Amino acid sequence: MPTQNKNESRRDFLKKSTALAALTIASPVLTKAGENDEKIAALFEQMPLRLEVNGVAHALSVEPRVTLLDLLREQLHLMGTKKGCDHGQCGACTVHVDGKRINSCLSLAVMNEGKKITTIEGLANGDKLHPMQEAFIKHDGFQCGYCTPGQIMSAVCCVKEGHANNAEEIREFMSGNICRCGAYPNIVDAIMEVKKGGQSL
Amino acid sequence: MINFDYIRTSTAKAAVEAKAKSASSQFIAGGTNLVDLMKKGVTSPEKLIDINSLPLKQITADAKGVLIGALALNSEVAENAIIKTKYPLLAQAINAGASAQLRNMATVGGNMMQRTRCSYFYDITMPCNKREPGSGCGALQGQNRMHAVFGTSEKCIAVHPSDMCVALAALDATVHITGAKGDRKILFTDFHRLPGDTPELDNNLSTGPGGQKGELITGIHIPANSFTKFHYLKIRDRSSYAFALVSVAVALEISGNTITNAKLAMGGVAHKPWRLSAVEKFVTGKTATKETFAAAANMAMEGAAGFGQNNFKIKMGKAAVAEALLQASQKI
Ligand SMILES: Cc1cc2nc3c(=O)[nH]c(=O)nc-3n(C[C@H](O)[C@H](O)[C@H](O)COP(=O)(O)OP(=O)(O)OC[C@H]3O[C@@H](n4cnc5c(N)ncnc54)[C@H](O)[C@@H]3O)c2cc1C
Ligand code: FES
Ligand code: FES
Repeated sequence: MPTQNKNESRRDFLKKSTALAALTIASPVLTKAGENDEKIAALFEQMPLRLEVNGVAHALSVEPRVTLLDLLREQLHLMGTKKGCDHGQCGACTVHVDGKRINSCLSLAVMNEGKKITTIEGLANGDKLHPMQEAFIKHDGFQCGYCTPGQIMSAVCCVKEGHANNAEEIREFMSGNICRCGAYPNIVDAIMEVKKGGQSL
Repeated sequence: MINFDYIRTSTAKAAVEAKAKSASSQFIAGGTNLVDLMKKGVTSPEKLIDINSLPLKQITADAKGVLIGALALNSEVAENAIIKTKYPLLAQAINAGASAQLRNMATVGGNMMQRTRCSYFYDITMPCNKREPGSGCGALQGQNRMHAVFGTSEKCIAVHPSDMCVALAALDATVHITGAKGDRKILFTDFHRLPGDTPELDNNLSTGPGGQKGELITGIHIPANSFTKFHYLKIRDRSSYAFALVSVAVALEISGNTITNAKLAMGGVAHKPWRLSAVEKFVTGKTATKETFAAAANMAMEGAAGFGQNNFKIKMGKAAVAEALLQASQKI
């Protein structure tokens, strides 16, 4: 079975990297960590990654398998971006990458080298809320609030892309954001108001 | 997700060479299908070759048609002025798929290469001949509401889930491919295949479960056409952000009230986009009436066979073909 081979070759790799660690660095910390495959793997399978999040430049080290979502939440402690499904099916993890809305749960962090990321934390200007945030409050665009960061990030792009010309179009182009509480009518109203307001977003 | 090596490439040549060096490597474009499958453990490549920096994003038109780079985003294609005016069927089909966020990540090449959404394929505790040849097909006698009614085999009844590909099949597109042995072109309708005895092979680039020959799709060419009437009809469980139960792509030329040229393909009904060549011949020269469309719809579903839960697709398919023809013919 391919999975078995895979495990074997991984084990080989881990053995080699443990040996390498002992040879090149011979640090007691590392030799001890050698008892723990996972830790060694983590030490040797990371990649450098530079990106900008909400205007702040970061130089990080990540495993290739880490998603942008997990990087934001677990390494950068930006918990505003939510994990709903982790499979592209709900939109809770929506962020902007170079100005485009995407699902951060299906993007590997390393695929975002050199990119500019905006999360819900980066939307307000100091204490002044973004017009879309204001509109969601005014129109009661949420109940439990779990989907809200994703909804707002998605809504900003929906307007910017020119896909908010009427309620029907908004519903279609916001369909990638599921709300289990069913706040949809108020979300549509909030987006319509921002669109009509015509502010630059 | 099992960890893996990751490299970035900037030319098609470098990507193909990197792929040749490691049998268990895979290209990654938008990642919307591959990352999902890796999280589920359906596929576990040892190396990912990131192809996003390859210069294959351009959409260029000339008198002969339009060439769309394999790395053009689904959203960029759907919003492109040339595509919207000359090939609106493609724009409509793309916008009927996934969500705005996913279309901002998904690429043309990745969309073609996406794997089936069959729940047995996705669940690694279940039998699936596509994922693990010889393990059996869980859907044959199981949950098969979403499954194929055309071109099935005893080994597999999965469908290809793409909307974009249905439009490309109808529009006589050609796939441009490059590999270690050079470049080749293949008709879009020959790109995907039927399951037969080897359902692990989705298309002409496949070598086995999750494996690919090491060839890279570089672009799609759509020949220029003079269709004036188009429609992509997609029927699904909710009105957006769901895979097709049945979909129909129609392109028509109508002169007076006579159909002078027609292209049709269906989605959600087979292991590949299902081109309706016989129906195209049948409607050509006929008047664009509901009677013609009803007869065409009957012809379209001839030979369809369900597996229990998906029997409804036969009736639905008929209604969808007739409705798509009607909608297209009424476009101004
Ligand atoms: C929740 C959800 C809903 C969806 N709904 C729909 C829908 O309704 N309709 C629809 O059509 N699709 C739908 N999709 C699928 C989506 O369209 C595909 O996931 C997407 O098109 C894949 O493109 P990608 O660039 O992200 O591919 P990736 O995930 O990067 O790659 C997919 C495969 O293609 C290979 N590949 C990528 N580029 C190339 C290339 N140039 N040459 C050779 N091989 C290549 C990769 O190696 C990999 O095997 C949905 C997806 C999700 C997650
Ligand atoms: S967490 Fe990303 S779409 Fe649900
Ligand atoms: S407000 Fe609760 S999920 Fe949307």
